[in-house]
Amino acid sequence: MQSLLARLNKYSGATTAIISILLGMVVGAIMMLAAGYNPVAAYNALFVSALFQPYDLGETIRTITPLILTGLAVAIAFRTGLFNIGVEGQFIVGQLVAFIVATQLGLPPVIQVIVAVIMGGLAGALWGLVPGFLKASRGVHEVIVSIMMNFIALYLSNYLIRTWLAKGADSTPKIADSPPLKVDVLSQIFGGSRIHLGIFIALLGVFVMYYLLYRTKLGYELRAVGYNPRASEYAGMSVKRNIILSMMISGSFAGLAGASEVLGTSGYLSIEAAFTGIGFDGIAVALLGGNTPLGVIFAASLFGVLNYGGGNMQFEADVPFEVIRVVVAAIILFVAANISTKIVGRFRKQKGVKKHG
Amino acid sequence: MNVVEMIGITKRFPGIVANDNINLAIKKGEIHALLGENGAGKSTLMNVLFGLYQPEEGEIRINEKKVMITGPTMANELGIGMVHQHFMLVQPFTVTENIILGDERSKGGILDIKQAEKEIQKLSDQYGLKVDPSAKISDISVGMQQRVEILKTLYRGAETLIFDEPTAVLTPQEIDELISIMKNLVKEGKTIIFITHKLKEIMRTCDRVTVIRRGKVIDTVDVAGNDENTLASLMVGRKVSFSIDKEDAETGETILDIQNLVMEKGNGVKVINGLNMEVKAGEIVGLAGVDGNGQSELIEAITGLQSIKSGHIKLNKQDIANQRPRKITESGVGHIPEDRQKRGLVLDFTVSENMVLQTYYQPPFTKGMSIQFNEIDQFAKRLIEEYDVRTPSIDTPIRALSGGNQQKAIIAREVDREPTLLIAAQPTRGLDVGAIEFIHRKLVEQRDNGKAVLLVSLELDEILKLSDRIAVIYEGVIVGWVDPQNATEEELGLLMAGSALEKEAN
Repeated sequence: MQSLLARLNKYSGATTAIISILLGMVVGAIMMLAAGYNPVAAYNALFVSALFQPYDLGETIRTITPLILTGLAVAIAFRTGLFNIGVEGQFIVGQLVAFIVATQLGLPPVIQVIVAVIMGGLAGALWGLVPGFLKASRGVHEVIVSIMMNFIALYLSNYLIRTWLAKGADSTPKIADSPPLKVDVLSQIFGGSRIHLGIFIALLGVFVMYYLLYRTKLGYELRAVGYNPRASEYAGMSVKRNIILSMMISGSFAGLAGASEVLGTSGYLSIEAAFTGIGFDGIAVALLGGNTPLGVIFAASLFGVLNYGGGNMQFEADVPFEVIRVVVAAIILFVAANISTKIVGRFRKQKGVKKHG
Repeated sequence: MNVVEMIGITKRFPGIVANDNINLAIKKGEIHALLGENGAGKSTLMNVLFGLYQPEEGEIRINEKKVMITGPTMANELGIGMVHQHFMLVQPFTVTENIILGDERSKGGILDIKQAEKEIQKLSDQYGLKVDPSAKISDISVGMQQRVEILKTLYRGAETLIFDEPTAVLTPQEIDELISIMKNLVKEGKTIIFITHKLKEIMRTCDRVTVIRRGKVIDTVDVAGNDENTLASLMVGRKVSFSIDKEDAETGETILDIQNLVMEKGNGVKVINGLNMEVKAGEIVGLAGVDGNGQSELIEAITGLQSIKSGHIKLNKQDIANQRPRKITESGVGHIPEDRQKRGLVLDFTVSENMVLQTYYQPPFTKGMSIQFNEIDQFAKRLIEEYDVRTPSIDTPIRALSGGNQQKAIIAREVDREPTLLIAAQPTRGLDVGAIEFIHRKLVEQRDNGKAVLLVSLELDEILKLSDRIAVIYEGVIVGWVDPQNATEEELGLLMAGSALEKEAN
């Protein structure tokens, strides 16, 4: 019994996630029924169209790529007890700086891409440094600062695009005929889809997060500070230094996501009236993934499938895409409210009572 | 007649059974002790009686009538009052205002404070509480505040009073007074349930005692005819020894030397006010004092966790005041913190990870950037064996261990680093008799190995038993040094209450 409980606890993150996903889909199904659609056909269309053709699989992976990176960004900050809601802004500056490096420096092609990716990550780190530093030195809440940094990023980016990069137009010219991170071989394997090397950056990011957190001195400190800052202080760690570092690492993942998007998918920047949402989706990914590296992959994959498959579902089953946004939102609500623990708890309780009675 | 009867009470929490088929019968007019180690289920049982928890099974009878107690208000109506360990008083309010809070009786919408004051004065006189109804809470002593809590229950018509660990915050003199108050209450027809793990107080106060161990009632016995040893073995489940063998101290050089230490809180109030003390190699210095007289601040100053305003803190002749905690740890200070869960451990880390909390960055635990879990695991295995830390495995989150085993883990970690100065703050608070025995032996062992040990404790027994010299702290200064061989609890108690200072002032 003891070991069973221990095992259940160990997988409780995964249990919570799976139960929440199912409940979220049930909510979506109820909505579809109420609106007169057939949920079975709709979900069928969604998954089939997201996964079963090489082209669709490639496009799904392309959708997943930035979600993994922004998910990692939110997750690693959470691990240190910080809520980095500024992933969106860090994503935007990563995109911006990567684009500038790729178009303005005139570096040789391959080096140019590598430098652009790295500089995009660094730009995100710098954007994360500001709220981290203010939190550590002045005690300002990171949520407030990073929200403000999001707006600064958005409008700074728009300003630079308008006045410099696009020379007065609404969008910049493309970096090259084809986005620099897109390679033909990969594209051809996946039926000519827009999949690009960014997915490898994302997977490398997952490995880096795992290794950093669980195999390095720094990771030990980050986790200790996240779990118990008072004990970390007692142990001689610098809580402030770890807060700043955590926000910078988090920001660099977000910056990489931005760099990979502009260098791999779009290839140009345009003036945006609102946030992209990819950064905010990272919060959902981290939450569903339980802030673990592997969990982030799974959660990003699910949201990628829903997002991409949802578009096709609209064509094939005639169900509006908004339903999918409701499903995603419902899943997040169920995770946040930790509904599954209650269900599992009630189940255990009933079993216990029966045994006694 | 039984005023309170609890029959077959079972209360479960996820993963544990806090109360397992408990039967408890309280006779009218007795002082009935509820004895058990921390986590035995005493507080859960009383929270069930007070209506804060609903039991899964069992029934409660008040005055031999079956009742369902759905909340504290209902418990009050049934004549049950609780004197909480942590007072629930509004500091800027007067005694009367605090007592009527939540039970305000008004005349045509206007609060009748005068009438309430009269009633409270009457209650206070009847039970010998000597409380001034018009005094402000912030102006009266902790002992007096506790009496306000007692009055609160009486004002609401309590017939049965539950005292939850009432002596934890009191000086020895205040404890004496509390005990006589309890006896007065019983004389006037009240019934008392006394939750405690202190055997001495039970022997002095109670008529009967119910012993609870791991959620089950072990026995209910008369206090008369039993002694502390029997009660202790009932509580722990085996024989325990109370005394400790130790040779006279062989002291060496001064290890810790504190001169004119001054510390201020944020608002400029001096919490340490020109404190001087020293601890030599090979001795245990006990720091006695009522909680909140600057003990915590002193420890945090020595360990670098709080900065000081002025003065010197010398460790082996090096001034370590206002250094960073890591520097101080590295220069040979071990620290068993008073709040083991908030300061001493990262509860979500494994046992293994907690064992290297201050040393993880040093070889062999870290090579370059990467942490060497194999080395850490081997180290942790050795420590849990040597210090008898009972854990399912070294990979278990330390949160899952009992308080005693968590504390043993901290002690293993701190002692194994071979510090020249070991600070032990409340090292046995809340622990069972077995763990206390073990920890006391370890502290004496450190002293015998020539380490300087500073013991800070609110338990006078512990201070008297272990210390070679006792320093008494009062309002941020050492008001006297006492030799434990000749000291009595009364003498210490007077010093702790600041009476030496008052004498000087007179």
